[in-house]
Amino acid sequence: MKGIGNFILGALFAAVLVFPASAAEPIRIGAIFSVTGPASFLGEPERNTAKMLEEDINKSGGILGRPVEIIVYDDETDATKAVTAVDRLIKKDKVVAVIGPSTSGNTLAIMPKVEEAKVPLVSCAAAKKIVQPVRPYVFKVVPSDILAVKKIFQHAKKAGISKIAILTASDGYGAGGREDMKELAPQMGISIVADEVYGPKDTDMTAQLTKIKGTDAQAIVCWGTNPGPAVIARNRVQLGIVTPLYMSHGVASPKFIELAGAANAEGILLPAGRLISEPQVPAGQPQKKILAAYIKEYEAKYRQPVSTFGGYAYDAIMLVVQAIRSAKSADPAAIRDALEKVRGYNATTGEFNFSEKDHNGLTEEAFVMVRITKGDWEMLK
Amino acid sequence: MRVRIGGHVTGFLAFAAAAMLLPFALPNEYYLTVLIVGGFHVILVIGLNLLMGFAGQVSLGHAAFYGLSAYTTGILTGTYHWPVPAGIAAGLLLVTAVAYLIGLPTLKLRGHYLAMGTLGFGIIVYIVFNEATAVTGGPSGFSGIPKLSFGGRVVSSDREYYYVVWGAALLLFALAQNLVRSRVGRALRAIHTSETAAAVLGVDTGRYKTFVFVLSAFYAAVAGALYAHYVTFVSPGSFGFHTSVLLVTMVVLGGMASLWGAVMGALFLTLLPEALRAIENFDILIYGAILVLCMMYLPGGLAEGARKCWDAARSLARRGSAGPAADGGGPGR
Amino acid sequence: MTAASAFLQYVISGATVGSTYGLTALGFTVIFNTTEIINFAQGEFVMLGGMLAVFALRWGGVPLPAAVPLAVLGVTAIGVLVDRLTIRPVRGRSPITLIIITIGVSILLRGGAMLLFGKDTFPLPAFSPGGPIHLGGATLLPQSLWVGGITLLTLLAMKFFFERTLSGKAMLACACDRKAASLMGIHVESMVTLSFAFSAMVGALGGVILAPITLTSYDVGILLGLKGFAACILGGLGNPFGAVVGGVILGILESLGAGLLSSGYKDAVAFVILLALLFLRPAGLFGSSGAERV
Repeated sequence: MKGIGNFILGALFAAVLVFPASAAEPIRIGAIFSVTGPASFLGEPERNTAKMLEEDINKSGGILGRPVEIIVYDDETDATKAVTAVDRLIKKDKVVAVIGPSTSGNTLAIMPKVEEAKVPLVSCAAAKKIVQPVRPYVFKVVPSDILAVKKIFQHAKKAGISKIAILTASDGYGAGGREDMKELAPQMGISIVADEVYGPKDTDMTAQLTKIKGTDAQAIVCWGTNPGPAVIARNRVQLGIVTPLYMSHGVASPKFIELAGAANAEGILLPAGRLISEPQVPAGQPQKKILAAYIKEYEAKYRQPVSTFGGYAYDAIMLVVQAIRSAKSADPAAIRDALEKVRGYNATTGEFNFSEKDHNGLTEEAFVMVRITKGDWEMLK
Repeated sequence: MRVRIGGHVTGFLAFAAAAMLLPFALPNEYYLTVLIVGGFHVILVIGLNLLMGFAGQVSLGHAAFYGLSAYTTGILTGTYHWPVPAGIAAGLLLVTAVAYLIGLPTLKLRGHYLAMGTLGFGIIVYIVFNEATAVTGGPSGFSGIPKLSFGGRVVSSDREYYYVVWGAALLLFALAQNLVRSRVGRALRAIHTSETAAAVLGVDTGRYKTFVFVLSAFYAAVAGALYAHYVTFVSPGSFGFHTSVLLVTMVVLGGMASLWGAVMGALFLTLLPEALRAIENFDILIYGAILVLCMMYLPGGLAEGARKCWDAARSLARRGSAGPAADGGGPGR
Repeated sequence: MTAASAFLQYVISGATVGSTYGLTALGFTVIFNTTEIINFAQGEFVMLGGMLAVFALRWGGVPLPAAVPLAVLGVTAIGVLVDRLTIRPVRGRSPITLIIITIGVSILLRGGAMLLFGKDTFPLPAFSPGGPIHLGGATLLPQSLWVGGITLLTLLAMKFFFERTLSGKAMLACACDRKAASLMGIHVESMVTLSFAFSAMVGALGGVILAPITLTSYDVGILLGLKGFAACILGGLGNPFGAVVGGVILGILESLGAGLLSSGYKDAVAFVILLALLFLRPAGLFGSSGAERV
């Protein structure tokens, strides 16, 4: 008799475990980041941020009373893998929205798939082509590089500069920046007197800088991501070049100063999101609170300084969450519609204002000009 | 007189049947995507296997042929609006021609020189994809390639594409099988065993080596064309050194000089990352470990392993049915 | 800046980077001479030299003058391990087998470095302080002098080793004819291990002297290895002196190509040269056209 009693108890116990009462079906959000591969400096902080936010959201009760599940796949900076990843997310995991990918190339690769499946995509990549022409289901949270170029050129013009030399990396980011600079320069009365390229993994750019030294450029604009710009900063000092050097926002991280060496980085000017110069953001500024909170939590959890790229993932995820809340539904089409209606939403990168014609939602106000002074960021007014 | 169907034909038919029926057994459309990509790899690896396993030549830049074909058909059909079959044909032709030009001088060289030559070639092609932005779209790649279509009929669903890809794969497999069993195949194996001996016996080694090199490039080109019109997007990152190494790993793992090995190696290494998503960071370590351990301890790869298991099972069965006294085979079994 | 001083600048920068290509090439040559294998993992030895020095400095707290020799010794040990674990057991197999094994080893070393050290790039402090030196309109970093000096010293030491010492001559004997060397009482297997140790050592040296100028990360090995091999072929496979000279020439040609022609295709220079050599003159600059005994 005792045996049967135990058995019944055991069965009841198992039943309770196997059929958890009132467990709501989680809301699944997919994410594709380049956690490994050449773009891992983008993907890693993005993945970390995603995991952090997943925990936070669930701790505070989830969305619409349901837990959220953020499924992250690594595309290894390879377009083919990005395509299989998005297929998996849509067909197998049945996500309601997709965040990422980290790179423009991979975003372009998966756009047809999300359009076909009618699942909204919020990309963490910068290329203009992602949102021009506007596709109903594709959004991006990264300010287009051309806005950063505009910021640099505005500053240069104010300093009386009209002739520049450009030195860009031969990867997607560098090539995009080069295109944008060549497009904007004539419109703003700046002429490009030298147009040099370097390989993203190159370790010596003295040849290109030597060429530039022989021109009458009044400033050098370098467009690339670490380590190239750091090498360029060193090479420039080595060659004794005193022409002012502008960098892109791609180096807006403490790592750049570390690699270049504070002495070599002194005086370099660049546009940056407010995330890295947060201490200098004035107290009343709309994003201050969000920035401070994000930095505090990320650095405590991962013991690494924040990066602008992690901020992109933060913005993308929070925008989707906001859209679900305001639509009161986790249906992909409803999320898409709600995203398009977002106005005045403050996040780490800036204030987002989406519309039918604008799926990027940012202006050049997302950037501030900073100068590297004594190994730290100095925000310029 | 009884007609005996060779074992290889029944094997092939079984394989073909399995491939054709598989989509109906899949629980989810997602697996079709994986199998389609697997199909590309199978085609690539059969070609590379012919080169490495049967002719004994190493190519460390095979991804370049894959990419050249994909880019050619992509650019011609995407930017210049050529009809898709024309674009594909142009791609195949171009790659075959390039392979011939590269093969002619390089195949005069031995072992490590050829490896390095193909490696250098692969890297140059990658750099060109990356730099010639006006034509190739540069590092961010090139999108908007039209889907596959013949005479007005577009292959739009994944399921249809699966049949196209695996149809091609089966055809190319049969072709390779035929080749291996023909006079050409025997000449190739002679060259692999000892190039000097083959030459002494009157085999035109240069011509055969070039032939198999060009053929393997042709296979890669077919895979490239199928890739371009499925993914509708090409970028240099998919056709670099990493991919070339992956292809070599698939050949080695499957077993050089075994077409079944080629299929197994390709499928295994396409499906493995799917199954092991948890350890994505480690995949490069696993490829390295496979290369080293396989070449050291199981040079025949999975094919050899499978054959050993099969032989062991057969001899066990024989021993079981004939009683403990029977030996199950002659010496050296 | 005048054309002449620009030219001088290209030559100086090219020669500096070229010295590391040369040391990498020297490593290829030493192993090839003793075993007829091309060790694809050579580039990773170069990478590990720089990375281990950074590791010792940052996480071990070891001062630079000790970190550098420690790193070199560490990589030498790794070289020996590679030989013992993966090459020695498969001695005598076909070239294709050995090529693939060394490729696998290079992948393993790279993957291991990625997992241990992360994917970041790291700087290494220069060996001596001081700003750039001006020389006829061009500038030279003090570290470049270290690079040139150490490369030269290594060359002289190798020359002395191969020509004057018994072990060196024994290694050359193995290269000429293994069986004969073995019959003469030379323990071929030890010579092979020794050659791996040397190649790892010079490779690591090349990596560690260049790291202060070019920064280092887990994936610098691939390109360095390939360019080192191109330098090897340029100088004539099997000729240590040619290897180093080939490296310097390659570095200068690359730099000139970037400066005078197109900076985007800079990396292609080395490989175009490699292919051209393979097609036209596989013996390189200093090698002799070989004939193979059947």
